[in-house]
Amino acid sequence: MTTTQKSGSGIKPPSPQAINGGEAVAYAMRQIDPEVVAAYPITPQTFIIEKFSEYVADGLVNTEYINVESEHAAMSACVGATAAGGRSQTATSGPGLALMYEMLWVASGMRLPVVMHLCSRSFSAPLNILCDHSDVMGMRESSWPMLIGASPQEAYDQAVVMPTIAENKEVMLPSANVLDGFTVTHSVERVEVLPDEVVKAFAGEYEPDIWALEPGSTATFGTLDANDFYFEHKRQQVEAMKNSLEIIRTQLNAVGEITGRPMNLIEEYLLDDAEIGLVVLGSSEGMVRAAINEAREAGIKVGMLRIRLFRPFPVADVRKALEGIGAVGVLDRAIAFGTPGNSLLQDLATATRTMPNRPLLMDFVYGLGGRATPKFQFREAIGHVLKMNESQVEPEEPGYLGLK
Amino acid sequence: MTLKLRELSLAPDLFGNGHGLCAGCAESVSVRQILAALENPPVVALATGCLEVSTTRFPDTTWKVPLIHSAFENAATTIGGVEAAYKALVRKGRMEDRPLTFLVFGGDGATYDIGFQWLSGALERGHKFIYICLNNEGYMNTGIQRSSATLLGAWTTTTPSGDARSGKPEWHKDMTKIIAAHGIPYVAQAASHNWKDLMTKVRKAEQADGPSFINVLTPCDRGWRFEPEKTMEVSQLMVEAGLWPLYEVVEGKWKMTGARQKKRPVMDALLSQKRFSHITKNADDATIAAIQAKVDEEWDALLALCAIPDTQ
Amino acid sequence: MSEQPLWKQIQPGGIGVNPGSTDRVQTGDWRTEVPVIDFERCTHCMICWVDCPDTSFEVADSKLVAVDLKHCKGCGICAQVCPVKCIDMVPDSAADRDTEPSENGAG
Repeated sequence: MTTTQKSGSGIKPPSPQAINGGEAVAYAMRQIDPEVVAAYPITPQTFIIEKFSEYVADGLVNTEYINVESEHAAMSACVGATAAGGRSQTATSGPGLALMYEMLWVASGMRLPVVMHLCSRSFSAPLNILCDHSDVMGMRESSWPMLIGASPQEAYDQAVVMPTIAENKEVMLPSANVLDGFTVTHSVERVEVLPDEVVKAFAGEYEPDIWALEPGSTATFGTLDANDFYFEHKRQQVEAMKNSLEIIRTQLNAVGEITGRPMNLIEEYLLDDAEIGLVVLGSSEGMVRAAINEAREAGIKVGMLRIRLFRPFPVADVRKALEGIGAVGVLDRAIAFGTPGNSLLQDLATATRTMPNRPLLMDFVYGLGGRATPKFQFREAIGHVLKMNESQVEPEEPGYLGLK
Repeated sequence: MTLKLRELSLAPDLFGNGHGLCAGCAESVSVRQILAALENPPVVALATGCLEVSTTRFPDTTWKVPLIHSAFENAATTIGGVEAAYKALVRKGRMEDRPLTFLVFGGDGATYDIGFQWLSGALERGHKFIYICLNNEGYMNTGIQRSSATLLGAWTTTTPSGDARSGKPEWHKDMTKIIAAHGIPYVAQAASHNWKDLMTKVRKAEQADGPSFINVLTPCDRGWRFEPEKTMEVSQLMVEAGLWPLYEVVEGKWKMTGARQKKRPVMDALLSQKRFSHITKNADDATIAAIQAKVDEEWDALLALCAIPDTQ
Repeated sequence: MSEQPLWKQIQPGGIGVNPGSTDRVQTGDWRTEVPVIDFERCTHCMICWVDCPDTSFEVADSKLVAVDLKHCKGCGICAQVCPVKCIDMVPDSAADRDTEPSENGAG
C-alpha cells in the first residue's frame, strides 16, 4: 500500500483518516490555511464548509471565513481577497456554480488564482441535487484549469496541489478541483493525509507581483478594455492555459513523489493491448473498471482512459493513449443540448481528428441527475463499441445508458 | 473635527484628471470630496458604472489609490473580501497592521437594484467599510434608464412620456431607510452641492465601528436634462424642496443635518430639470400633487424619527 | 529579431499600473467656454477647487493660481458656485489655448 514516509521530512505522518471526500478536502484546506474562504452552503458541498467552519471555530486556521449570502458573492469575495493579496478558496455545486458563472470569467480574466472545489451536481430544472457533470461542462470554457478526481483520496491529493498550479507565475488562473457529488463528497474511505508541515511546505504562501494591499500600492484592478486590448488579454489567457498543462504535470508528479500515490494528467487501465476502449471522467471509473474486467474475462480486449486534467485538455497525452485503439466509447455525464455531440465526445473528436488512424468514436450519455449506472450497462456499452469496431460505422446519435 | 478647504487643498489629489465623465458631472465632484475627507489611505472597490468606465480604461487609470472593480452588483462583497484578506494577512504576520479605509463607490443601479443583496449581506456580516452610493436616480451609464431610485413622473428612456403613461409610474425605494434598518453604526444622506456636510459625514463614517453607508445625491445633467453649470444648483433645489433631506443615523439615532423646514415646493426642483417637463408644463398636473403629498408625508415621518416637532 | 506582438507586452489581467495616467487625455478639447478668474477679487476660498469635477484648479500654498486648460471641460460650475462671482465663463477660441493637441480627447 502507499506510504507517506517518502516525504523525507522525518515527520511522522498522521494516521489515515476514515473520512468522506468533503472532509478530505476540508482537511487539506486547513493545512493550506488560505487567508480567505468564502462559501455558500449547497448540497452536496456542505461537508467541506461545515468541517472547515469547525476548524475556524477551534482556532486551527488563520483563515477569515466569510459566510456569504450567495455563491456569486462567494466568488466576488474571493476575487476581492485575491486581488488584495490573500489566497482564497471556495466550494460549490451545480446551481451554485451557475449563480457564480459571471464571476468565473471575472476571476480568470483578472488572472486571480482562486481555488474552487466543485462538488459536481446537475443543473435545475427539474430540481435535482445529485451528481452529474452539467456544472463541470458549464464552466469548461471559462479559462479555469480543472482537475477531476475519482475518490476522496484523490480529492485530498488534488486539493493539496491546486494552489501551486493556480498561483504559478506562468499560469495565474483560478483553478477547480472537481469531486463528484455524493459518490466522492459523501463516500467515507481510508484517506491517507500528509503531515501539516509537509502540506504547508509544499503549498507555500501566495506571493503575487501586484496586490492591492501592498503598502503604497496604486494598482487599478479590473479595468475597462475597449476593442483595443480585450482581444490581446484573451490571447494571454490562451497562453496561460497552455502553460498550465506542463506545470500541472510537474506538480502532480511532485505531490505524487511525496505521497507515494502517482497522479497523472490521464489515467490508463489495460489500454496497452486494447483494441477498444472507454473514456470516462471522475468517480464512475470504478464501475467502468469492473465492467472492463468482466469483458476481459470474456476475451474482449478493452481498456479505459480516465481524464483527470479536463482543462486544459491534454490532447497529446490522450492521442498517445489511444494510439492503436480501433474504437472508443465516450461516457458523457451531461448533455450538450443541440450540439453535434456531447461535450466529452466533442473533445475526443477534436483531439483525435488528425491522428493517422484515429479511433472510431461513439457517445454514451449516462448517470444524469444521480442515476446509478450498474456494471451491466457499461458492459452493454462495451458491446456496442465492439460492434462499431467490426462495422466501422460511427453512429450519429448517442446511446443513453439506463434510460427508462 | 474641522474641515478647512485651504488646508484640504494642500493634500495631493488621490483622484486625477483627464477622466471621461461628462462636463458638470456631480460624481467626480463627490468622489474628490470624499477622498479628500479621508484621514486614512483608502482601498477602493468600484461597481460597474459611469465612474468606473470613465476612469479605468486600460492601460490608463485616473486613480492614485489601490482600486478593484470586478462586476456591477458585487462591489460591497469585493471590498468584504479585501477586508477579510487584510485581517488574515495581519494575523498570519505577513503584513503590518496599519490604518486603512475600505471604501466602495456604486451608483444607484448597483446599490438599490442589481447589487442590493450583495450590499445587504456585506452590511449584515459587519465588514468595516464605507459604502458610498452615488445616486443620480437612474442607469445613466447605459443611457438613462429608470432605476428604483428614479423619482415618480421622471422621464427616462425606459419610462418615456406618451399618451398612455407619463414618465415613471412608481414612487422610489427609500434605500437609506432600508440600510438604516440593518442597524449599522453610521448611515447618512448627503448631496453633492454641500461639500462640508458630505465631508463631515465621510469622516464620521470613517470613525464608525463597523460598516457605514452614505447615500449621496449626484445630479446628472445628461439624464436629468439641465445645463452642466447647474449641477450644484439642482442638487440644492432637490434638498430644499424636501426631495432629498440631509440627515444621518448615528448608532440608531436619527438627526437632520440640513434645514428642518422645507424651503420650497417640489415644483421649484422639478422645473429645474427637463426630465419633468412633460408634467411641469401643467402646474395642476396630478403627478406633481402626488409628489408633493408624498414628500410632505415622508418629511413628517423623518421629523418624527428625528424627534423634531413639525413647526410648519 | 521582430518586436513582440502587443499581446505579449501588455499587463496581464488588465491591471492598471500607471496611477493618474488619464492625465495625458486632453479633455479640454470638449470645452466651448472657458473660466476666466478675476484674481483681483478672488478670495481664495477654494469653493471652485472643491466643486470642480475635473480637478482643474491649480492650487499652490492654499492659493488659487491657475486653471488647468488641458483638462477643464468648461462646465461652468465654478462660475456658479463662486461666492464673490469672480469667475466668468467666456467663449473659448482655440487660438487662445496654449495646450498641446489631443491624444484621446473624445474619451
